[in-house]
Amino acid sequence: MSADMLPLITKALGETVYMVVVSMIISSILGIPLGVLLHTTSKGQILECLPINRVVGAIVNAIRSIPFIILMVAIIPLTRLIVGSAIGTTAAMVPLVLASVPFIGRQVETSLREIPYGIVEAAQSMGATPLQIIRKVFLPEAMPNIVAQLTTVIISLIGESAMAGAIGGGGLGDLAIRYGYQRFRPDIMIATVIVLIIMVQIVQFAGNKLAKHLDKR
Amino acid sequence: MIDLSHIEKIYDSAAGPVHALKDISLHINKGEIYGIIGLSGAGKSTLVRCINLLERPTKGTVTIEGKDITAMNNSELREARKGIGMIFQHFNLLSTSTVFDNVAFPLQLSNTPKDKINSRVTELLDMVGLADKADQYPSQLSGGQKQRVGIARALASNPQILLCDEATSALDPQTTKSILQLIKDINRKLKLTVVVITHEMQVIKEICDKVAVIDKGVIAEQGDVLDVFITPQKPITKEFISVLLSNELPVDFRHIEIKDEPFEDSILLMRLTFIGETANDPIISSLVKKYDVSADLFFGSLDDIKGAPFGRLIIGLDGSQNDIHAAMDYLREQKVKMEVIGYVSRHASSHH
Repeated sequence: MSADMLPLITKALGETVYMVVVSMIISSILGIPLGVLLHTTSKGQILECLPINRVVGAIVNAIRSIPFIILMVAIIPLTRLIVGSAIGTTAAMVPLVLASVPFIGRQVETSLREIPYGIVEAAQSMGATPLQIIRKVFLPEAMPNIVAQLTTVIISLIGESAMAGAIGGGGLGDLAIRYGYQRFRPDIMIATVIVLIIMVQIVQFAGNKLAKHLDKR
Repeated sequence: MIDLSHIEKIYDSAAGPVHALKDISLHINKGEIYGIIGLSGAGKSTLVRCINLLERPTKGTVTIEGKDITAMNNSELREARKGIGMIFQHFNLLSTSTVFDNVAFPLQLSNTPKDKINSRVTELLDMVGLADKADQYPSQLSGGQKQRVGIARALASNPQILLCDEATSALDPQTTKSILQLIKDINRKLKLTVVVITHEMQVIKEICDKVAVIDKGVIAEQGDVLDVFITPQKPITKEFISVLLSNELPVDFRHIEIKDEPFEDSILLMRLTFIGETANDPIISSLVKKYDVSADLFFGSLDDIKGAPFGRLIIGLDGSQNDIHAAMDYLREQKVKMEVIGYVSRHASSHH
């Protein structure tokens, strides 16, 4: 192991964590309501509105069908508009968020769909408003599932953030390609991979623990 | 109290419109336990959901304490629903909330202050006998305990009406009894109007004052439970009752000829139904004393319907035609329901 490796990896790890954490927070803030919207406007649901449901669903599907590496390049003008630059760690977060929001939306929608309609009906029979049903029935009841699914989203974000590294986003992926591949440093390549594996393990472990803790069924 | 007037419900389904409820009118009095019985698919669950508009009738009005709730806007309807508690076959509790929080749920919806919630929930859990389960989750409870939580939750906002949608159908007979007892108790204690949906005549018999039999979306028959039990009019009602009160003849008479006219060595087989006080009167012995007939007892049962004794006998009258007719006239004068089965051979019964 060479002396330069540790600071390189530490810095790259910091960038990856920054990209993943911030993108994840923004994606959740946008994606969870999107999932709620997708579910509650569907047929027979509390805010049934099929036109909205179909349009939003189509947009979600469209974004989800674009491979991340293409999405990243395709939206460079949008990234520039939002961040002011298309290069750098912060700029990399725009495609990361854009890819994760519909992903989270669909995942949350699936979780909500698993809640027996009877519970919703019970809340309605007690005079709950749609907003109360969302806040006090849908989200708490689906939370164990949502946590498990957000764990999956974090893990795919870790993977995508490595790709974002290729367009100057920094992070572990960038390090692995620039040093490990282009400068023939297999030690750095291996170290990066090990760090990524450990990261994913920790995220999965923590996610499982939390989901299990929340699950009272 | 509850008035359903000309309720129609039509669903759109892939196979075309389904007429689930057809011109249903019901009147439910305050403090009454009103049973609605029907087979699955008869429309009873749809009907009970029309009372709190979980299902909106296609036509017709629902009036509760003089207020037409079908004419209300959403927020008025939500307010009205707070006066109508509901319990369900599958309990529908929040799986991620404790027993306490489940019961507190309706109170939180109306932003009740915390200390009030605490005292109210404690009181309710005490009433349903679950004071020690406050911190448990529904998954840790038995079916009967879950339904008790359901009942406590339904009563939290002091409703005037309790709707029970197949509330005991997922429970074993023992637990069913205790839940029905609880419903009966709160009906008395809180002067609650209760609507019970079920497919089991046992439930109707146990707690209901009135019953409506619903079949293929229409009310086939309705009235006082006792009347419906004793003089059911429609085949569907008879079928429901036969589950509890077998109309089968004693085994000796099942495979022999029953004639409308008397013949040599025949006896007249009849079924007698005694209700209320008369069930305790010695009608048969006075019959035999007063008239020159003998009465053989072939079958007897004593049951009770919501506390009222309810006895059934199958007897064979033997004697001259005049005496038999006089005896029948006597029986008609008593508060006994008499049903002539027919004439059978005196030797039909092996032990006579």
